[in-house]
Amino acid sequence: MQLEASARPVPLATDARRAWDIAATVTDPEIPVLTIEDLGVLRDVTIDTAGAVHVTLTPTYSGCPAMDAMRDDVLIALTHAGYAEVSVEMALSPAWTTDWLSDTGKEKLRTYGIQAPSGHAPARDAGPIRLKMAVKCPRCDSLDTREIARFGSTSCKALYECRTCLEPFDYFKVL
Amino acid sequence: MSHADLEDDVHGDVTVDALDLAEEYTGAAAGAGAQASADVSAYAMRLGDDALVLAQRLGMWITRAPELEEDIALGNIGLDLIGHARSLLHYAGTFDGRSEDDLAYWRDEPEWRNAWLFEQPNGDFALTIARQLVASAYLVELYRALADSNDATLAAIAEKAQKEVDYHLDHAVQWVLRLAGGTEYSRGRMIVGLADTWPYADELFRDDPLVERLAAQGDAPLPSTLVPGFDRTVDAVLAEAGLDRPTGFVAAGGGREGRHTEHLGPLLAEMQVLARQHPGASW
Repeated sequence: MQLEASARPVPLATDARRAWDIAATVTDPEIPVLTIEDLGVLRDVTIDTAGAVHVTLTPTYSGCPAMDAMRDDVLIALTHAGYAEVSVEMALSPAWTTDWLSDTGKEKLRTYGIQAPSGHAPARDAGPIRLKMAVKCPRCDSLDTREIARFGSTSCKALYECRTCLEPFDYFKVL
Repeated sequence: MSHADLEDDVHGDVTVDALDLAEEYTGAAAGAGAQASADVSAYAMRLGDDALVLAQRLGMWITRAPELEEDIALGNIGLDLIGHARSLLHYAGTFDGRSEDDLAYWRDEPEWRNAWLFEQPNGDFALTIARQLVASAYLVELYRALADSNDATLAAIAEKAQKEVDYHLDHAVQWVLRLAGGTEYSRGRMIVGLADTWPYADELFRDDPLVERLAAQGDAPLPSTLVPGFDRTVDAVLAEAGLDRPTGFVAAGGGREGRHTEHLGPLLAEMQVLARQHPGASW
């Protein structure tokens, strides 16, 4: 699948693949059920001729404070696995999109009480008509929900309330 | 780079970031480590200063906004802008070896290159929303155009930023409609807020030799070319809200040359005081 390949460009070389799998265990400190691989934040892992590991991450949002923690955790995970030389770089392009969230990641989000993005990023393209997708309550699956605040607990989430079970919940915004 | 000094639990206490910021943002291609030319550096500084000064203003609303959700919204918008400012100022600093922190904390007023709009005081909530409408409508056009820049790093920063400022614009539009369609009182405040903000819009779209050189190389859009898109956006919002587009005087401007209004000094004093009292400290 085209999208899956661009969301998780897993290296083919065996040694780089091993390092990728170690980096892929790092989770988002703000949403601990998601790994950076689930998010599509892990972009590239290469091992050069000197044996140094080079990891590339992309930030979800420009100002995301969790990025520093994820970067440090990748460094620690690989250092502990025995790699002596590790560097982690940030790349802004291609820009991260919620389309890269893995299906297992979306499922884990829902179990965690956060509704995964409805619809795809292109639906947000500038135009006279904006498609407003219904957001399902992660607790009771009701579609009768209301946005309370576009900007929720973090940059990437909005706050909703369910009119059926009356509970508030976070919604991972389409980006 | 050695990581022998890394503790197991780097998040457990306040530690100096183990990584050098200079190694963080590589722009478009991983490993590029791009260095900005003199012109691109000066341009990135303008954009970075716009973002950082506005972020600082928005941060002042936290605990003071009309409702808790709005504290969080303005804080989150400010956080996005700080992210843009970090990328832009880091890139600007690659020209002469200054770090993003050097540029943020160790430049005095005449060395700042932000437009006057961004340093205007918050005023009341309606004035802040009016400023946010003008700023976001401009930034959406700017970053959309800049995403096509021949400069790979500027293009990458813009590609990332445009999706975020799109949300900021949406937020400002919602509030303009709410305040204009609310009570007589809220509508009156919105009208005054727009009237007080509008004089500062003009400076955003002025061309000068720097942007003309960059435009000729395909590195940046001419600000004047962003006017039609900006007009379409704000005119549609004002029509929807039943408000007239303010007319009247145009502020002199001069922020791009380091001439500022009396409002920038106190903002910088507050933003820079900690770094200047404890040079070299990190937290």
